[in-house]
Amino acid sequence: MSDTLKYEEKKLKIVGTRPLRPDGVDKVTGRARYGADYNLAGQLIGKVLRSPYAHARIKAIDVSAALALPGVKAVVTRDDFPEMPNEYASAGELTVNYRAVTRNMMAREKVLYDGHPVAALAAVSESVARAALALIKVDYEVLPHVIDVVEAMRPDAPLLHEDQYTEGVKPKPARPSNIAKRLEYGHGDLAAGFAKADVIIEREFNTKPVHQGYIEPQACLASYSADGQAELWTCTQGHFVFRAQCAKVLQMDVSKIRVTPTEIGGGFGGKNNVYNEPLAIALSRKSNRPVKMVMTREEVFRATGPTPGANVKVKIGCTLDGRITAAQAEVNFQAGAFPGSPVNQASMCAFTRYDIANVRVVGHDVTVNRPKVAAYRAPGAPIVVFGVESVIDELSKKLGIDPIEFRLKNAAKEGTQTYYGPKLGPIGYVQTLEAARAHPHYSAPLGPNQGRGVATGFWFNIGNETTCSLNLQPDGTLTLNLGTIDVAGGSRASLSMMVAEELGIELERVRPIIGDTSTLGFNFVTAGSRSTFASGMAGVIASRDMIEKLRARVAKIREVPLAAVAWKNGRAEPADARVVKFEPMSLAEIAAMAGRTGGPIAGHAEINAQGAGPGFGAHIVDVEVDRQTGAVKILRYTVVQDVGKAIHPAYVEGQMQGGAAQGIGWALNEEYVYGADGVLQNPGFLDYRVPVASDLPMIDTVIVEVPNPNHPYGVRGCGEVPIISPMAAIANAIDNAVGVRLYQQPFSPPRVLEALSGPAKR
Amino acid sequence: MSRNHVNATVNGDSVEFLCETGQTLLEALRDEVGLTGTKEGCGTGDCGACSVMVDGRLVCSCLMLAVEAEGKSIETIEGMAKGEALHPLQRKFLEHAALQCGICTPGILIAARSLLERNPDPSEAEVRYWLAGNLCRCTGYHKIVDAVLDAARELRGA
Repeated sequence: MSDTLKYEEKKLKIVGTRPLRPDGVDKVTGRARYGADYNLAGQLIGKVLRSPYAHARIKAIDVSAALALPGVKAVVTRDDFPEMPNEYASAGELTVNYRAVTRNMMAREKVLYDGHPVAALAAVSESVARAALALIKVDYEVLPHVIDVVEAMRPDAPLLHEDQYTEGVKPKPARPSNIAKRLEYGHGDLAAGFAKADVIIEREFNTKPVHQGYIEPQACLASYSADGQAELWTCTQGHFVFRAQCAKVLQMDVSKIRVTPTEIGGGFGGKNNVYNEPLAIALSRKSNRPVKMVMTREEVFRATGPTPGANVKVKIGCTLDGRITAAQAEVNFQAGAFPGSPVNQASMCAFTRYDIANVRVVGHDVTVNRPKVAAYRAPGAPIVVFGVESVIDELSKKLGIDPIEFRLKNAAKEGTQTYYGPKLGPIGYVQTLEAARAHPHYSAPLGPNQGRGVATGFWFNIGNETTCSLNLQPDGTLTLNLGTIDVAGGSRASLSMMVAEELGIELERVRPIIGDTSTLGFNFVTAGSRSTFASGMAGVIASRDMIEKLRARVAKIREVPLAAVAWKNGRAEPADARVVKFEPMSLAEIAAMAGRTGGPIAGHAEINAQGAGPGFGAHIVDVEVDRQTGAVKILRYTVVQDVGKAIHPAYVEGQMQGGAAQGIGWALNEEYVYGADGVLQNPGFLDYRVPVASDLPMIDTVIVEVPNPNHPYGVRGCGEVPIISPMAAIANAIDNAVGVRLYQQPFSPPRVLEALSGPAKR
Repeated sequence: MSRNHVNATVNGDSVEFLCETGQTLLEALRDEVGLTGTKEGCGTGDCGACSVMVDGRLVCSCLMLAVEAEGKSIETIEGMAKGEALHPLQRKFLEHAALQCGICTPGILIAARSLLERNPDPSEAEVRYWLAGNLCRCTGYHKIVDAVLDAARELRGA
């Protein structure tokens, strides 16, 4: 069957309603089992020793005293893991290099950031494990470090990787560099475009790394048996990708590792890659006991992926009537200790909301002495969009054009040529902007020191490898075995809803489960807003596959031609009772007879979903600035977004509200704070301030539905777009409130006060 | 390492457990008593995922030593529903789609119940400030606040 089913408009019974989520009761009663809730008899507790330095050569590691401590059963260091050649693989929205994966999970020649693992051990209890960590002696030669992206790009900066030469530059540079890669996108004639402009604005922006901030720290439990098989329970966004990464760095056969995904307590891109999982398997292999490893919050901040800090330069020119003639950006992203920041995606997102003839974006992926960055909800896009949408706002203000009107004049539409390759298909950007302009929020009155800002966002959304099985159970109910993780958004609900819609049965008769890696073919990570799109496509294909089998079975049982059997109203009925009559059969009746009429019945889908539909959003925010303290209060917030089709509107709203809240935190408070020594100073929720309930107002939502033609229900995906616009929208609102434009995130009280008291930094 | 013998009441049942002196109540509940519904998000009292009631007071169980539970009555998420009957807050969280990943949900439900016991008719601002000690990274709090206000209405019979 085809990997892509086209959109068909039809009357819907279940899709678009708001049923209770199937995983809900377990989550409100404490029964749901997350990563740290799994235990095995005889398990050991694993702990990691981490580097206290930002950059140092490891001269020697002595684990003998730790091993001698009673209760310590195994220790692993770099010597327990093989060297990996450069080999690239896809993991979520970012690509990993196994040479870096193995070095990030356990330092080899050097430690490259505060928190970099140096050794791991397993002991009979948490307290023994902690005591043993203190007995490991590491001899470091401390090296100069660099954590700022602009400083790291200088030729005289301390080098993280002596063998790293900038890719994308010809000829190959003579000297190694922290710039791992230079990339460039564009089209048209930039100089000619700027020559046509009446107004040109050029600005520079700087942002700090922020963390995904999932409330559940990484946790896993591994059990390696003497026959060379391993079982792993872990909170992951992609158990198949985790299995592949563990197999590679441990040099095991993929089929010998079985990964069972636990309930996941938030990921947002941060749980696309392994950290402790290979260490737990290695410790279990060495100790012959199950090993459980749970990170502390401090470890989560120090060693798991934040999003990059960045330096972004934006230059846009336009005519007096508000038509953009040229746009240029330089996007410099911290990659952390190993290459692979989302600078590529960010560069492609920078201007893709607009139809601009002349564009150039240059990006740099820069290694610095910080934890290796990970994906975070529309990776990279919020950073570059902060810069671009701030400049767009300045231009519209300078020309006296309403900011939404300005965007509409330049809006990308179906057929707009992107500067990175494809032409855009049917998209809903104009509809989204028009819905924002029509919202009562946009024309509501404001008080003193209050301002309104708008900003927009674009994200690609993705498809990729997806499988599922739909099994008809003996009582006529269905089990939907899914291979994509329900990362929080409610995909078990939305996917079951599409299956129930296809079969024409009550939703309660579809029971969704997430299968382990041995029950289904490969599934890519839940990332890129892909699960409802791609797993939805698979679920529909599996449903239609099952319907064909059901029709064939009923034709056999009723002894009628296949063409005479139609699937209607949740059962097999005569296609035309005037031609061939037979007694209709329900799912339960077919299921009851299945065994003796040909065996059990199941539907399957094994696809590489294509044709993901891009999503666009527009945010409106009102802020009030306290001129005494510099505090910015969010008074009102509205998210407008084209999602293609909202299968379960309540959870689509939840994505829009949650994404906006994360974006508000990013804008106002969140940042990694490092000392001069390169050590992270705020690795906890006390000093790393994520938004709490009293920081936020209600977040209004407007769902726009411009169907994706490449999905049977029109789904685009919705999870990532909502985090893209808040930073820019809030910066624009602050400028409108107090006439001060901020070029550095976060807009925390000290920064706002500084900006209020002096000329803004340009 | 010698362990301490603790007698306490958990969700109305007498419970005995052994714990190390340095173990927190959260660790004892999860690892010794076997009730994993209470979650650890930070271990430093900043996220509220480990919220439980101790003798009627809302506390972060990660900030209390397990040995301090001697003779105390502890209520966790596992005791919130009465048999099959969910507490109105639990029901309203489901109806309002007030949870996504669900890791913060047990702590927020315990905290919200404690609010409604003190203040059966809270304003939106009172709900937001009471729950300010409970981090949720998924929802943006909108639907949580709606659910708590709706549960309050139902409990008041309004």
